[in-house]
Amino acid sequence: MNPAFAEPTGYMNYLKRVGALAILSAGALYVIVSGGFDLSVGSLMTLTVIGSSMLASNDPNSTYWIIPLMLGIGAVVGLINELVVSNLKVPSLIATLGMMISLNGVAFMWSGGAPRGYLPDTFRFFGRYNIPDVPLIGILPVAVICLAAFGLVLWWGMHRTNYGRMLHAVGDNPQAARLAGVPVKSVRISAFVISSLTAVLAGVILGGRAGVSVDIGSGFELQAITAAVIGGAQLLGGRGSVPATIAGALALEAIFTLLNLLGLAQPIRLVVQGLILIGAVAFATYQRKRVGR
Amino acid sequence: MSGTPVIEMRNITKSFPGVKALRGVSFACGRGEVHALCGENGAGKSTLIKILSGVYKPNEGEVLIDGNVQHFTHPQHALLAGISVIYQEFSLLPERTVAQNLFLGREPRKNGLIDNRAMVEETRRVLGLFGVRHKIEPDTLVADLDVASQQMVEIAKAISLNAKVIVMDEPTAALNESECEVLFSLVDQLRASGTAIIYITHRMREVTRLADRVTVIKDGEATASFDHVPAPEVIVRAMVGRDIAEFYPEPAKPEDIGRTVLKVEKGSNYALREIDLELRAGEIVGFAGLQGAGRTALAMAIFGAVPFTGGAITFDGRSRTFSNPRDAIRAGIGMLSGDRKASGLVLMQSVRDNGMLTSRSFANAVGSAAANQFVDQAGMTALLDEMRVKAPSYDQEMRFLSGGNQQKAIVARWLALKPKLLIFIEPTRGIDVDAKASIYHLMRDLARAGTAVMMVSSDLPEILGASDRILVMREGTIVGEFDRSASEADLMLAATGEVEGAAA
Repeated sequence: MNPAFAEPTGYMNYLKRVGALAILSAGALYVIVSGGFDLSVGSLMTLTVIGSSMLASNDPNSTYWIIPLMLGIGAVVGLINELVVSNLKVPSLIATLGMMISLNGVAFMWSGGAPRGYLPDTFRFFGRYNIPDVPLIGILPVAVICLAAFGLVLWWGMHRTNYGRMLHAVGDNPQAARLAGVPVKSVRISAFVISSLTAVLAGVILGGRAGVSVDIGSGFELQAITAAVIGGAQLLGGRGSVPATIAGALALEAIFTLLNLLGLAQPIRLVVQGLILIGAVAFATYQRKRVGR
Repeated sequence: MSGTPVIEMRNITKSFPGVKALRGVSFACGRGEVHALCGENGAGKSTLIKILSGVYKPNEGEVLIDGNVQHFTHPQHALLAGISVIYQEFSLLPERTVAQNLFLGREPRKNGLIDNRAMVEETRRVLGLFGVRHKIEPDTLVADLDVASQQMVEIAKAISLNAKVIVMDEPTAALNESECEVLFSLVDQLRASGTAIIYITHRMREVTRLADRVTVIKDGEATASFDHVPAPEVIVRAMVGRDIAEFYPEPAKPEDIGRTVLKVEKGSNYALREIDLELRAGEIVGFAGLQGAGRTALAMAIFGAVPFTGGAITFDGRSRTFSNPRDAIRAGIGMLSGDRKASGLVLMQSVRDNGMLTSRSFANAVGSAAANQFVDQAGMTALLDEMRVKAPSYDQEMRFLSGGNQQKAIVARWLALKPKLLIFIEPTRGIDVDAKASIYHLMRDLARAGTAVMMVSSDLPEILGASDRILVMREGTIVGEFDRSASEADLMLAATGEVEGAAA
């Protein structure tokens, strides 16, 4: 066992590393529960990091308007995703795949091919800074505070509000939901917008931790879906849990960490992730068959 | 019955984790015999059939065909042994033609290619056997057929497989009166040709009309078996375990009927024309008609799901337009969909969540799901109790409940909003006898409390038994108005257009 894991600081660093993915997964879960997919979140994270670095031009005061601006862009992306899905009748898998490719292109163009500029420390605060000398746990990363805070908000929205129950109903059976009076369209729009907003927040944290690169968010969309499925979410909608999804993200990151410790390379990591995704869905289907008769 | 039965099941026992679904059930059916299998939903009929068709393996007991013990491990084995099951949910491929469906997996070949002509001719021959040759063309896509014709195709498939035993699982559930007649005469023909038919139903009329023998299953046991068809009361008592007093409640008295709640004048849309009607508080109005006559379209138009494009609606004394269900619900209209699974229930959610769905939809979206201005958790529990919804817990997922209990849970959903008009579409489809009576009483209680009740139904005895006034629809408009003293024949004639009913 790696000694780094054996003391509290090690655990805190692990939570810090998983923060972005956990928040992202909990947000992506909203779209999954509503019966859709959002593949654009990874590229939206990239866009957030690249865009912020381009706009900041090393001005520490820029953070205060850049993050709201990026959230605004995120909201627009989510809105477009839903409008394409419901008005043009493009399946969400394809619509958000298109959005993913486009956003990657936008990020690439914006950076001019190679990222210039840096993220100011005020921006990187969220992903990188640790509050030192905390009793018992040693350090408390800001990313972990963010995870706790956003996790709580997303849990509350999904499991404690009327909106959350309507979201489940829409994913379970949209026709029944409509005839029961659920405003299906607004429920779906907000699911995509929430997913995009959490992607921007996850981007801010990831950029803070890992710095600027043009493919920083790539692959996160599928990791988020995998985390949700490990957490028992039903693909195609109707069922999902925010705490279990966050736990799924933690488990996924733990597996990756283990693979790292074993000295396995990135390609193996991808293979394992793919197998986990398939395995988790197959297991869930098997379980449902057995229980549901 | 003489000789060896074609199909025999001996002492079948089947357990699922936590439940004993069948206990020592024995059952036999001979050549040219229609054996009715009756029982409430959940009694174990479907499990028995699934064992017969090789979907499940019994824990104990054996299945014999022509006296030989069989060991089915796959539905295909049962099919090859001559057992065809026609399930309620059809197993046809909608995007293929009738002929392709009939020969699925055993297409005739010529020079290594599929012999389309032989396929079409054989299909036409089989369809001709029971006189629907002109109604169904072999090269029609199954998706383009109505439900009754799809069922004919299922039966044709069984015939073309030379089935010795045909099992029909509530075959009339989706059929209207005239389609039922076609089915009945088809069953008669099959019987005459020597096929053994196991006919599952809980409609007494069909048992009386068709069966040679009757077996009643209750709580996983064969509780009664008759070599003749006894009086319906006897069968119902064996199914339910007691007499059903007052199957239909008392009709409304004139003084119970109050003000006009809904008035439609010259209502029309793509499926409807010249709709003039009034629904009054305290009154149950039954809507009869053939499939496609516009009854469901009318309900959907009033409810705003597929709105009227012409005409005027006055609701509760005010001129209104309902362009979506939310408008209608806000004004005080509720609707219970005919196809509960497809458009009524959110099956993966809990019973309580299903009950609270509508009230939550009209409450503050970010407000607590535990309570809203219409109902809170405890209030919903009380409503579900009042409806006598049977569930181990209201936190149980909806999909585990029986049809009757699902229906009652949706009624609770609407009651939370105290609607002025409640629309029931096929309220008792797929619901067992006991639960049916409680739905009728529930509708009557609602009416007595001042709700206007609109009931769309294809079940004529139900229309006549439960309504105060009956409107018959044909080709998108209302063609007749009757009171509850009308006969089934009156309604049928008006519905088919052979004779105009009394002036509407």
